[in-house]
Amino acid sequence: MGRLGLACRLIFNGELARRAAAGLEVRAAKPAAPTTPKAIPPERLHASALLLLSALQREGRLVDFLQQEVAGFSDEEIGAAARVVHGGCLKVLRQYFELDPASPQTEGEAVTLPAGFDAQRFRLTGNVAGQPPFRGTLKHHGWVARQIRMPVLNDALDPRVLAAAEVELA
Amino acid sequence: MSRYAIGIDLGTTHCELSHVDLTAETPRDWRESLLGIPQLTALGTIEEKFLLPSFLYLPNAGEFPEGAIALPWDNQAVEFVGEFARSQGVKTPARLVASAKSWLSHAGVDRNSPLLPWQAPPEVRRLSPVEASARYLRHLAAAWNYRFARGQAGEGHAIAGQEVILTVPASFDAAARELTLAAATHAGLENVTLLEEPQAALYAWIEAMGEGFRHHVRKGDIILVVDVGGGTTDFSLIAVTEQGGEVQFTRLAVGDHILLGGDNMDLTLAHHLNSSLAAAGKKLDAWQFTSLTYGCRQAKELLFNDPKLQRAPISIPSRGSGLIGGTLKTELTREALASILTDGFIPQVAVSERPQTARRTGLAQMALPYAQDAGITRHLAAFLSRQARALETTEGAPGLAHGQAFVHPTAILFNGGVFKAGALKERVLEVLNQWLAADGGAPIKELAGADLDLAVARGAAYYGWVRHGHGVRIRGGTARSYYVGVESAMPAVPGFEPPVKALCVAPFGMEEGTQADVPPQEFGLVVGEPTRFRFFASSLRRNDKVGELFEDAVGTEELEELAPIETVLPANHRDPGKLVPVNLQAAVTEIGTLEVRCLEKGGEGSWKLELNVRMKGEEARPQ
Repeated sequence: MGRLGLACRLIFNGELARRAAAGLEVRAAKPAAPTTPKAIPPERLHASALLLLSALQREGRLVDFLQQEVAGFSDEEIGAAARVVHGGCLKVLRQYFELDPASPQTEGEAVTLPAGFDAQRFRLTGNVAGQPPFRGTLKHHGWVARQIRMPVLNDALDPRVLAAAEVELA
Repeated sequence: MSRYAIGIDLGTTHCELSHVDLTAETPRDWRESLLGIPQLTALGTIEEKFLLPSFLYLPNAGEFPEGAIALPWDNQAVEFVGEFARSQGVKTPARLVASAKSWLSHAGVDRNSPLLPWQAPPEVRRLSPVEASARYLRHLAAAWNYRFARGQAGEGHAIAGQEVILTVPASFDAAARELTLAAATHAGLENVTLLEEPQAALYAWIEAMGEGFRHHVRKGDIILVVDVGGGTTDFSLIAVTEQGGEVQFTRLAVGDHILLGGDNMDLTLAHHLNSSLAAAGKKLDAWQFTSLTYGCRQAKELLFNDPKLQRAPISIPSRGSGLIGGTLKTELTREALASILTDGFIPQVAVSERPQTARRTGLAQMALPYAQDAGITRHLAAFLSRQARALETTEGAPGLAHGQAFVHPTAILFNGGVFKAGALKERVLEVLNQWLAADGGAPIKELAGADLDLAVARGAAYYGWVRHGHGVRIRGGTARSYYVGVESAMPAVPGFEPPVKALCVAPFGMEEGTQADVPPQEFGLVVGEPTRFRFFASSLRRNDKVGELFEDAVGTEELEELAPIETVLPANHRDPGKLVPVNLQAAVTEIGTLEVRCLEKGGEGSWKLELNVRMKGEEARPQ
């Protein structure tokens, strides 16, 4: 049985190899044929987002926490779980990112935004009209990822699996 | 010539690697000298960390998706070390190799035989403590080569061509040092020197201080290094002397091997809280217990860092997906922390107190000989008092005024993450100062400023730099004298062991690269048959000379029995069964290991004795 299986695979692989070789020849013979870019499956396109989600689940149980219906639990119970989420997710956040406030000022302080202010880092709210400089109050100092240290992704893993099911053997 | 000196801290719970460029003209920036070690931190996730947890996971076939444990330098990896090994091993302990270093120094087992994982079922492939240690070193070596020795730019930078300084506890005996070296050889490290960890910590402090270190120590100082790692506690005394106007350091003495470390502290707190949870009918599984242990570590740091806090909450997540409602809650109070940690591990004791068990561990013991007395200050009291008696009889030894009950250290250097908790450091200082005041000594000063977690690897690399003629070197030679057992000739009496005399083959303080005199005693070796000698060491008998016999060696507190040493005289050119007269000679290699040889009397022959031999009649068999 084992030998048969191996033989089958060899035949299969041989066939594959022939087809691959034939494909190469065809491509060489007909150059400049416009190729449509192969569609990247969403889990590969967004692999790092899934990786982050899986890290937040692994360390901080974030997916477990959000997927639960909180209505039936006491604040005490939610609080205990929130400590797990806070501790673990903070660890991931600190590991992968270094965060700075977008504005160095303290919230509540008066802020002046000159002409040509950084519209990426500052968002105007309230009575937005007229010309700069704009004078207002800092309501939220914002956050900016100064450094990003996401780990290397391994293609061998299916990024859709945020947490594998665990089966304990006795 | 090597381009780099590489310091490796091969720890019980963590490894680190630091380097210094030997061709650089100026001292390195020591803060930037650590290697970020790529390792699996989760399945399929590679991250760089300065610490490589010393854990090895041996997966079952098909346990993980194909390629999911690949490393940047090895996509065929079948096992893994580091952070993911540790976290996965919590859920699957039978496949986790841990504490390999403690096994390496355990003379009760054959350290070259496949023992680990200790509790593994029969179908799990096992490794020897030496091979397991080699795996950690191999990972470090590969990480180095991956970073520095790739492509053309990396030519000549491969770790095999560099000077590697590997640290060992000062309390490691000759056999444990040789086995550490064997692990390095297995890992492909060729040019290795051993350095004692407390010395490495002092080197790191010297480097961190720069030239300023001269303002902090002066001639006549006795520095006590208290190194509490993850799994071991190690003491050393280092004297500051002067020669030709230049400061010199001499390592005076080292303590016993104490299997007691920072991990025991967190574990003790977790057990304490677990028993109150159990009393309330809440049972934790092994994974939850580990969560509790991590929680205790965090709560401990929280309480130590903020003296106003009275309690720190701990949440233990549920194993299943129902986090809310399934999470257990407990808390660590300041009261419990003080009574369990501070009073339990660093109790207020008099210097006359001793650890509650015999310091010598029987060779017959199979499982790891963990320290039975958790009181670090009691171990310290025993160390300082014993060394006072030893130094008293040594002429010209620095550091002891007459009539002192114990050696009075004048300065203290802490090492190990445990001491990030200021309260624990304060307690050690408080106890030492009480002892000193009661014995007429001056208060001790702390040598602060080194990194408690990463000093050993850094100091080891710095020592590589010092060996090339920079900075100040610590001298000392062997911290023990070594003996072979000689049975007294007497008629056999049933049930009564003949008394054993100890023949000194290596004196205290032998320097690297030297050999001892040949003792006059003669032994007969039978050609082709293994010959064994009982083997002893003493960190207290500083004055024994080579060839001296010491009566009633067995059972005295001054002598510690090590694993026996053995040789087989090869039968080539000789008749098997023939008796060949030999003398024994000891040498300390440049690397820092001890060698005992048999020299053929009146001939050319010389045979090395193996240091790591199992006790007769004992089978190293995991339970």
